[in-house]
Amino acid sequence: MSETLATLTGVSKTYQKGKEKVEVLHNLDLEIARGDFIAIMGPSGSGKTTLLNLLGGLDKPTSGTVDVGGAEISSMSNSQLSRWRSTNIGFIFQFYNLLPVLTAQKNVELPLLLTNFSGSERAHRAGIALGIVGLEGRTDHYPRELSGGQEQRVAIARAIVSDPSLLLCDEPTGDLDRETASEILKLLQILNREHGKTIMMVTHDAQAAEYANHILICDKGTLERQEAA
Amino acid sequence: MKYFGFIWKNVWRKKIRTSLTILSVFIAFLLFALLSAIGYAFKSGADVADAERLIVIDKITLINPLPMAYKNRIAATEGVHSVTHSSWFGGYYQDPRVQFPQFPTEPYEYFSMYPELKMPQEQLDGWARNRQGAVIGRELAEQYSLKVGDRIPIQATIWTKADGGRTWEFDIEGIFETEDPRGSTAFLLFQYDYFEEARAFGKGSVGWYILRVSPDADPIQVGNAIDLQFANSPNETETSTEAAFSQSFAKQFGNIALIVTLILGAVFFTLLLVSGNTMSQSVRERISELAVLKTLGFSDRLVLGTVLSESILIMLVGGLLGLGVGWLLVQGAAQAMGAFLPGMFLSSQAILTAIAVMIGAGIVAGIFPALQAMRLSIIDALARA
Repeated sequence: MSETLATLTGVSKTYQKGKEKVEVLHNLDLEIARGDFIAIMGPSGSGKTTLLNLLGGLDKPTSGTVDVGGAEISSMSNSQLSRWRSTNIGFIFQFYNLLPVLTAQKNVELPLLLTNFSGSERAHRAGIALGIVGLEGRTDHYPRELSGGQEQRVAIARAIVSDPSLLLCDEPTGDLDRETASEILKLLQILNREHGKTIMMVTHDAQAAEYANHILICDKGTLERQEAA
Repeated sequence: MKYFGFIWKNVWRKKIRTSLTILSVFIAFLLFALLSAIGYAFKSGADVADAERLIVIDKITLINPLPMAYKNRIAATEGVHSVTHSSWFGGYYQDPRVQFPQFPTEPYEYFSMYPELKMPQEQLDGWARNRQGAVIGRELAEQYSLKVGDRIPIQATIWTKADGGRTWEFDIEGIFETEDPRGSTAFLLFQYDYFEEARAFGKGSVGWYILRVSPDADPIQVGNAIDLQFANSPNETETSTEAAFSQSFAKQFGNIALIVTLILGAVFFTLLLVSGNTMSQSVRERISELAVLKTLGFSDRLVLGTVLSESILIMLVGGLLGLGVGWLLVQGAAQAMGAFLPGMFLSSQAILTAIAVMIGAGIVAGIFPALQAMRLSIIDALARA
């Protein structure tokens, strides 16, 4: 039986939209096994990104608890969450969200500024991460000098540089052509299979979801179906 | 320090905008340096004043002379230790633009009154022996390459000679220096006897008296006693401490301190608006980047600190450049205008004040954008991106 990395118990999330209360997630229970690769699919507004935000400690549930790696993050303060995120979670966004004023190398080093590593150690670790994503030769390039696929690879390197156990990917291929998307998804598979990263990936793309081990269908605030890919 | 590179890169994300903001900071602190030095020059007279020296002038205006006959009566006033006198000559050397103060006075009395002025005794004796002799300060000697033995002509603008001539010639008998680094030596002293004998008008008068009170006497009481003696006479007097005299002399040019404060206040207020606007724009256009930083684990306080540091860094870069160039200009101006406006100096207190203002202005200009960045909701910011 595989070890559980994250557990959501009775999680609900309600947003206030004007005078109306909108319940995005309703009494959700979920266990995520360490080393799993899960795709979350569902229509817009179904709560996929909210689920990801709760797992990443970017948001707190209205009720219920979120436990990741033995830490109950739903009861942590903002500063505790910041510290926790820096070592436990890697985020990958649809639009890469690299800092345009920094080179690929410096973008990847960014999370390591929060550690006590020396400058040379930070550079060394960023170099390794860029090597894993196949961008050794592009370290001094600025984001504007890279293609979309390369930018996403830099973003992935930034997400793994501090060696987090959980990678949260929000539409990581949503801005890429089919061929480049396939390369990125293969890279995520490598990170999952060879580096043991647990991956939660939100996607609208059924072909992208096929790269995952499991697919969760999120609809009207509940996880309706869970099936093997 | 590990964040410095990151902060520096963010400062320069819009090079033209940052350059223009730094330029405005540069101008503000350049003005600060120049105006501080000018303000310092105007108040340096008061700073070097001796508390035991009093100045006696005409009650109505400094321009009105006082009778020479007052000297003995002042000297006889209880509490007065010694007396000398001086007058404004107001001539120029070589060119009407080359002006420095010249004062006719009594050689031994004057140097006894101002012990901080140092000159070899043989030079003082030589001056006292030579009726047309004069002594000059080290600053003047260096500025005009003058030395002992030179004969210099001074063109009078007020005091024509009895023979109708306007050229007064003096033999330089000595060069004096001052022990007080804030004091000026950019002036010339010559013998009152020569002045009295050769001038066409105003004989028997002096510009003002300078007196030293006895160590056990109260300067205020001595001053009141002197003024009381000459009350209801054709030349009533006003006696004040040397510091008060210097301040009132400077105020003839206007309230320099107030003018400087008002100008700098307006400049810095504008500067805050300019740099505050720069920081607001800078934060507004990278909301999603700030959200990403927080996602990566940058705490709210760290985000606040980096934005605030950018604002302070902009102020320090522009401010230190302005202060540096200002310091160079003050050095040059002190050389060029030392005789006309002695004591121009960018004091260490002014430099420390400027650095404190840079940091303070950086905080004020950056605090609201920094708070905005700190309070940023990651979810909302990423959704907007």
